[in-house]
Amino acid sequence: MTISLIFVPIILVILLNIPRLSGKTAYYAVLAFFIWQILSVFFPFTGSQQLAGLIGKVFTLNVYADGMSKIMIISAAIVGFVSLITSKAFSKYDSRLFSLSNLMLLSFAGINGLVFTKDIFTMYVFIEVIAAASYILISLDKKDGALEGGFKYLIISSIATVMMLFSISLFFLTAGSTGFAEISTAIRDFGGNPVILAAVMLFITGLLIKGGVIPFHSWLSGAYAEAPAGVSVFLGGIITKTVGIFALIRILYLVTGFNENIKMVLLITGALSIVIGAIMAVTQKDFKRVLAYSSISQVGYIVLALGAGTAFGVAAALFHVFNHAIFKSLLFVNSAAVEKQTGSLDVDSFGGLGYKMPVTSGTSAIAFLSAAGIPPFAGFWSKLLIILALWSAGYQGFAVLAVVASLFTMAYFLTLQKKVFFGELNPKLENVREAPLSLTACAIFLCALTIGVGLIFPYILNVFIFPAVGIM
Amino acid sequence: MDLVHIHFLLLSLLVIFSILAALNIRIIKAAILLAVVSLLTALILFLLETPLAAIFELSVCAGLITVIFISVISLTNPLTREERIEEKAKTLKRFVFLPGIVLVCAAAFYMLENSTNFIPIGASEIAVAQEGLWNSRQFDLIGQIIIILAGVFGVIVLFKDNKDDGGKK
Repeated sequence: MTISLIFVPIILVILLNIPRLSGKTAYYAVLAFFIWQILSVFFPFTGSQQLAGLIGKVFTLNVYADGMSKIMIISAAIVGFVSLITSKAFSKYDSRLFSLSNLMLLSFAGINGLVFTKDIFTMYVFIEVIAAASYILISLDKKDGALEGGFKYLIISSIATVMMLFSISLFFLTAGSTGFAEISTAIRDFGGNPVILAAVMLFITGLLIKGGVIPFHSWLSGAYAEAPAGVSVFLGGIITKTVGIFALIRILYLVTGFNENIKMVLLITGALSIVIGAIMAVTQKDFKRVLAYSSISQVGYIVLALGAGTAFGVAAALFHVFNHAIFKSLLFVNSAAVEKQTGSLDVDSFGGLGYKMPVTSGTSAIAFLSAAGIPPFAGFWSKLLIILALWSAGYQGFAVLAVVASLFTMAYFLTLQKKVFFGELNPKLENVREAPLSLTACAIFLCALTIGVGLIFPYILNVFIFPAVGIM
Repeated sequence: MDLVHIHFLLLSLLVIFSILAALNIRIIKAAILLAVVSLLTALILFLLETPLAAIFELSVCAGLITVIFISVISLTNPLTREERIEEKAKTLKRFVFLPGIVLVCAAAFYMLENSTNFIPIGASEIAVAQEGLWNSRQFDLIGQIIIILAGVFGVIVLFKDNKDDGGKK
């Protein structure tokens, strides 16, 4: 499965370009790939294993899928699927749809490569694959704001890249290899050595920059808010979670382990991100910027969970990565629906849109409630796990902070829902209609997932999340 | 002049040319200075007995990348005299902390070197590791191919004339 999920996107890119096919063909091919990616996790007999056997005869790749990687490839495929459909609703030209489909395939080759690798240098290469495709995706519309957002992401991300590359060279110097296992052994043997400490510090900082955690968040709001609508879904739902947060989980869990210093760094950056992200979200006037700052705050929860330094904390973080991918994608799809129907994202210019766009309004309310941690939605269970993980690890103060910050989340999302969808209808919006079927179908699908995962959470925890971190 | 002095000289030149490349407002000169930095890095890598890395640095960074930089710069309009003067003042302000950062980094590395009790892997072991690195990096190679593909799409998407967007609807 692993090898085929990396090679099939590359083969598809070649097939779509030689000879060059239409944007519509590329679009359906990529949608089919996303469906196949999900199926290959649950039903490996759908061709992925046979294909992997064929590719394995030519290439020797040291990759394998574990529980964590399966969770990520399912999340990525779901987000990619809705993101591409959202993009299609905004694509006026065939050439744009063609480029977007190809770039998403390249991103997926990167995402799948990243989640399956057990080597720190390969991880770095695939992080850069995803980043390179993301810069272009953000700038795809060639509008000033989008180009600026993409450029800012490129520059700040390059700083992280340099830090990570330098860190890898230090790891190689001490371990003589770049494999996770060898570096982990070197860290155990030379734990207090300044070279190792510098390497660990640089790599983790690099990943926190890529994840947009406070105080490394300056690129995130511009990139999310100015990117084309469908790309915002992709970025907010999965990209930063994979290149920053998932890679961080992998490194902490398989390479560095947790010591008191690392835990304190994670707890403090997590807490700062939750609080500052929430405060900044309250002050925003642009729908997508509210969601961008909310992402910083939600990523703060994930980092805070990791700060517990236990397998339970890692499980809670993984579950919140999945839930966040779903409810944040839903919110970005709904912001796209509002932008498509009204031509604006200024929250002060709306009001009463719920009368005209009932599906968008209803699904937004559910996503907001899930993000704020209200039962029985999926977000409630992952936040509960985070709080329990912190409490059981002895960080009661941070657990209380996580609860209090949830009220903040509730406050800014309720304000947003009220300003956009509730209240009296703005007369200028009299002619607005519900979003096209493609967007409402995506919203309903993600909304069903948010409710469904919330209702069957014991199954999700027992089958996917806990086994992925070795609890059970 | 023994090897230590040569290392010291090359590293000092590396720092000086890097700062000059960052501060130069004529982008073509900055690109050439960057090529000199790559050349010096290649020399240092040769002295450190890593010829493979040195050749890559020389051919890709000093050679290919400089050619790409200069080709792209040749397509842009140069600054006027007034713009250059204005830009120079801005650049100096922007990099006012640069010498301080360089000194802090140098001090940090000096302290790191003195405080570490770690013994680096011997040259022979590195040679074995290097062999392994080049023979077992097929996965990275695939990643690099994807980055090149993404770059090609980037050039097509971002630099292609807008009129091409009006093709098939």
